[in-house]
Amino acid sequence: MLINVSGHVDETGVCTAIKDAAFPAPFVSGLEYGAPARGTWNIVHIGMLIPKSHQIYVCAANCLRGVVLTAAEMGTSDRFSTIAVQENNVLEGDMEELIIEGVSNILEKLPQKPPAVLVFTACIHHFMGCDLDLVYKELRKRYPDVAFAECYMDPIMRKSGLTPDQKMRRQLYSILEPLKVNRKSINIIGNNIPTDESSELIRTIRENGYELKDITLCKTYDEYLKMAESCVNISCLPAVIPSGDYLQEKLGQKHLHLPLCYGFDEITKNLNTLNEYLGLQKKEYAYEKSAALNALKEAKEVIGDAKISIDYTSVPRPAGLARLLVENGFNVDRLYVDSFTEWDKTDFDWLVKNKPEMKVYATVHAKMRVLDRKCSEKSLAIGQKAAYFTGSEYFVNIVEGGGMYGFDGIVRLAGLMKEAFICPKNVRELIQIKGLGCDCCL
Amino acid sequence: MKQASAFISTYTADVSGVCSALYELGGMTIMHDASGCNSTYNTHDEPRWYDMDSMIYISGLSEMEAIMGDDEKLIHDIVSAASDLHPKFIAIAGTPIPMMIGTDFPAIAEVIENQTGISTFAIQTNGMHSYICGAGQALAEIVKRFTLTGIPKRTKSVNVLGATPLDYSVNSSVDSIKRRLTEAGFQVLSVWAMGSTLEQMKQAGAAEVNLVVSCTGLPAAKELQKKFGTPYVVGVPMGDQFASVVMKALDKAINTGKSQIAYDKRTACGDTVIIGESIYSESLAAALALEKNMKVKVLCPLETEPDLLLSGDIQAEDEDSIMFYLQNAKTVIADPIYRRITQPGTKFLSLPHEAFSGRIYRKGIPDLIKSVDII
Repeated sequence: MLINVSGHVDETGVCTAIKDAAFPAPFVSGLEYGAPARGTWNIVHIGMLIPKSHQIYVCAANCLRGVVLTAAEMGTSDRFSTIAVQENNVLEGDMEELIIEGVSNILEKLPQKPPAVLVFTACIHHFMGCDLDLVYKELRKRYPDVAFAECYMDPIMRKSGLTPDQKMRRQLYSILEPLKVNRKSINIIGNNIPTDESSELIRTIRENGYELKDITLCKTYDEYLKMAESCVNISCLPAVIPSGDYLQEKLGQKHLHLPLCYGFDEITKNLNTLNEYLGLQKKEYAYEKSAALNALKEAKEVIGDAKISIDYTSVPRPAGLARLLVENGFNVDRLYVDSFTEWDKTDFDWLVKNKPEMKVYATVHAKMRVLDRKCSEKSLAIGQKAAYFTGSEYFVNIVEGGGMYGFDGIVRLAGLMKEAFICPKNVRELIQIKGLGCDCCL
Repeated sequence: MKQASAFISTYTADVSGVCSALYELGGMTIMHDASGCNSTYNTHDEPRWYDMDSMIYISGLSEMEAIMGDDEKLIHDIVSAASDLHPKFIAIAGTPIPMMIGTDFPAIAEVIENQTGISTFAIQTNGMHSYICGAGQALAEIVKRFTLTGIPKRTKSVNVLGATPLDYSVNSSVDSIKRRLTEAGFQVLSVWAMGSTLEQMKQAGAAEVNLVVSCTGLPAAKELQKKFGTPYVVGVPMGDQFASVVMKALDKAINTGKSQIAYDKRTACGDTVIIGESIYSESLAAALALEKNMKVKVLCPLETEPDLLLSGDIQAEDEDSIMFYLQNAKTVIADPIYRRITQPGTKFLSLPHEAFSGRIYRKGIPDLIKSVDII
């Protein structure tokens, strides 16, 4: 039962028609609320993708608490340790010593030395001017058999340069060292969820005799290290672009950014970029397009004119998905997006012109805590936050695109929408699990 | 090394303690932090988050605001949200970066109070201490700011101080405390701070005695003593026999006007160790001694006042020291995460603690007030 401890609030400042929404940030920033939709991955989940690696976080107790329990809920506490920063470290400026001796102490206590250690420093190290070069030089000298990855838990930097998410996805590959190039090996980088084997992207790679490497598929540390031999890195999410650029510079691997998108022309262009790189002929993908349209038609027959809401955690381009659905007759009523990415600009503009009344809602605005979260009619939500804020138990439970890609991805997504509209889900239970797709002991 | 933990968890920090203590009172609590505190608190420290609205927010502090010392944005954002949401009070809690840059929270609180007309106060937290410190200060501030003076005492009435989900989860424990008090003839005026409104808590000065059920309630108890002369009793009425001891201590406190520690007759000895918050663990040790004739030591890994532990008990906050003290224990009663540092062959009795393992073992958190037979 929801107990409301404050009075009624209106939607002013948290909701706007898309025609009136400023791009990229429709809402004034202020105090922030955190909705209990926890399926997106955090730095602990992402770091655990390196097989056999160990994570050590160096920060104050309040920052440690969230990450230590993320690992515990994943059942990976044996790959996780902490060093607590205290007031005396700030006053005495002995942060370098604390990290070096703390990491050493932990490595000596562990039953087995891990092949790789991800050391996460925090906002406080940045502000104190901690000499991280000295720290890692000394650690590498003490433990030459351990690969140290310089990682960060510094949310204070989220509006300065690369975001913490971008940095994490880049540092995840920082351990890789140059290997002899294997022209028949291709990496997909930066995804947390494996791309569907049935997608045109993966089929193109596999059916043409290439080996696919993806950190989400690595079972051993050696498999992870062998990602360095691939001739090309494919990234699909905007947050992974810096990773691709970094590896292109460090390892000489070509970077192809083939964004996860929903426009037929752009999907075709992306797939043909890969075809061209592999020396294959360009394709029209007529059959695949037709299959996608048929799947959308079938979904529309089930969903009808029911309202649909989409949130930014479900797909990297909520405006792009909304456009696809509107073009195919669906009644997309709401987007839950605090700010759009530049990649969504074209589709945002299309929606302004063609679906001007569509509503855009904030998710972190203070009012969202107490705004009514009930829907008066059966509606479909795509994403956990959309489900939470609309109170709809008919929802597609995905984050980051859910591994669906290309025309095949649209077929699959349409299937999930249809299924979600028929079978209600337990929103309360499902959305509170951290890191959708990770192991969880709850 | 004192600050390194290779194996175990971290207790809820001070800033979450503030939010937990003030959660149900209709105020607005702001953690002045970049981002991480928000999800940490609402995921791992707050079992009420999904079902009970409360105005708990972060400020979203950015690098440039910290470098430029831009307090104006914080003030503006709080004033703006308060004008939309009309909280009964505003509390601001700090985290590591505001500590580093010397943010003047009391001054900021004063500016906000002047602009909004809403009672506003700062809690001195920096994210480096435990919830005991944060929740304790927050409840004490409620006494200072909101309790009404000049109200008559009510015969055999009591406030329960220091009940938060961090120590008592959201099972039947708090109801059981109230039931035991009621059955012993006490009138429970308020529970600080679960299940009571700010209006009920304002009347706390009418109580003849206060019952402190965790360290988070002790600063409030001392403030109430200072403000109203109310004595307090430290102890949790666990199990029938120790509950009877607590009730007698409450009567004695009313009659003598002197505060009491209900469990201070026990001798700390034996090779069974309870790990946990001092008042809860000492009360459990006393209950087990009375009901099961068990000889128990308490190991407190959290901040506590020294006189809340008995001679022979241990205060040890770091992993190495805790491992050292557990070497010779035959039985350990503790949160399941401590199992990782107990010796092979040591009998381990699981006693999940929300402030340590969060929501992971919540379903297994027992109501020991009702009965200690589960141990």
